[in-house]
Amino acid sequence: MSPRMQPVISISNLSKRYASGFEALKGVDLDVRPGEIFALLGPNGAGKTTLISIVCGLVNRTGGEVLVDGLDIERDYRKVRSMIGLVPQELTTDTFETVWKTVTFSRGLFGRPANPDFVEKVLRTLSLWDKRNSKLMELSGGMKRRLMIAKALSHEPRILFLDEPTAGVDVELRRDMWEMVRGLKDSGVTIILTTHYIEEAEEMADRIGVINQGRIVLVEEKAELMRKLGRKELTLQLRDPIERIPESLAAHNLALSEAGDELTYVYDSQGDRTGITRLLKDIDAAGIGFSDLSTRQSTLEEIFVNLVREGR
Amino acid sequence: MNHRAIWAIYRQEMARAFRTLLQSIVSPVISTSLYFVVFGAAIGSRIEEIDGVSYGSFIVPGLIMLSLLTHSISNASFGIYFPRFTGTIYEILSAPVSYVEIVLAYVGAAATKSIILGLIILATAGLFVPLQIEHPVWMLLFLVLTAATFSLFGFIIGIWADGFEKLQLVPLLIITPLTFLGGSFYSIDMLPPAWRTVTLFNPVVYLVSGFRWSFFGASDVGMGVSLAMTVVFLALCMAVVAWMFRTGYRLRP
Repeated sequence: MSPRMQPVISISNLSKRYASGFEALKGVDLDVRPGEIFALLGPNGAGKTTLISIVCGLVNRTGGEVLVDGLDIERDYRKVRSMIGLVPQELTTDTFETVWKTVTFSRGLFGRPANPDFVEKVLRTLSLWDKRNSKLMELSGGMKRRLMIAKALSHEPRILFLDEPTAGVDVELRRDMWEMVRGLKDSGVTIILTTHYIEEAEEMADRIGVINQGRIVLVEEKAELMRKLGRKELTLQLRDPIERIPESLAAHNLALSEAGDELTYVYDSQGDRTGITRLLKDIDAAGIGFSDLSTRQSTLEEIFVNLVREGR
Repeated sequence: MNHRAIWAIYRQEMARAFRTLLQSIVSPVISTSLYFVVFGAAIGSRIEEIDGVSYGSFIVPGLIMLSLLTHSISNASFGIYFPRFTGTIYEILSAPVSYVEIVLAYVGAAATKSIILGLIILATAGLFVPLQIEHPVWMLLFLVLTAATFSLFGFIIGIWADGFEKLQLVPLLIITPLTFLGGSFYSIDMLPPAWRTVTLFNPVVYLVSGFRWSFFGASDVGMGVSLAMTVVFLALCMAVVAWMFRTGYRLRP
């Protein structure tokens, strides 16, 4: 197999049952390809964090296999964990430490020799250089988030896990963070992120996995997913408002806006027949004139909500 | 062996002590001085010599042991409990470090602090009473062994505790009484025979006794027994830690 093909993380039949009896993962199979940005989407309690925690060594698995670069996460934990950087969801920092010390600590913890130049580079990339001598309790929420990323990057990992990286981060900072993650990807780091924000997955991911109730519901190239499940909406602005949809158009399943000046038609953009030609002909025949028309692709969010709803 | 990780944790733990230098060093010096004023000068002057040693000097080893035990436990238990409490433990668990390395770093740092503390108290005591140390090597050995053993014990408490209350519970309810009743301030020979027998079930008696032997060459129980008891307790703690790590107890669910 070429290195491009061999998954950097290979999870098969992974299960986790907590002592409480809660089954967080029920036989998860998942491959992550080297160099990609993989987004794991799912509602609260779906098993996202448990999945990440098992790969990173925070939680013991109940069953199944997890290989990172072909190595078992338990048998070869040293090699495996040296490759991985983790940015957890919670902002947990040792409040009395300084930025510089805590990042240097992280590097040492992962067995890397001290390298002030590299630490400086990481801090500069994350706009934390000016704060290097500040105590962590003096940092804002956004800075703390960036600090957690700096800690995770301090040992030059090849794989980075970001658990809800932009939760509670303002819009501008979110953009910066995305920019940074793209930069990391360009440098060859594989990135796995979990998120609630569909926008985030849509914006960044190469592939998307949806997890719900401990099962992977779907894994797909983002573009493919959008294409496959993308429903389109056609909206017609009517020249003159109508009171109700004429009988002759009943077969098209149209929706009329409350003001009576807009007709909406939902269709599958990938279907053999979208029915648009027929619809427009019938509208013309019914004597309805329209002043404008627009189409809209459904967002990942809608796709996601539909998927999760189907899973129930 | 990931020696860089051990060093990183060890240094971080030591730095924590230096941040609270006042609490770490000044407070034991003050409390030791108070003990000497009360027990050594005020009360001690009315107590006759024990085994040919003035009462003021007699209580020095017990006093050091008292601080050594309580500080070893509180240092080590806090050291591992705090990252669990704040959540920063995630980084340790996700790092390429073995359990042995984690123990070496945390327990090593806690024991180091206790040993430094013990030596500070010893030096402070020297200001108040004449000191003689007959077997300095044994004295250091007992100091190190006790600090290591009870730091390990504290580490166990720090993993077991699921609240700050529990963290205080064991030192407060078990260790302090055992130390006070373990012959820190008296020779167990001074007790009535029945109580003397009861006291022999108190492990602290052996620690204090052995330590005192290294100072004065005389003790309540044999030095060999003291050493053996300490080693047994150390082995017991190691077994518990090994079990905790094997099962992921409270660290890796």
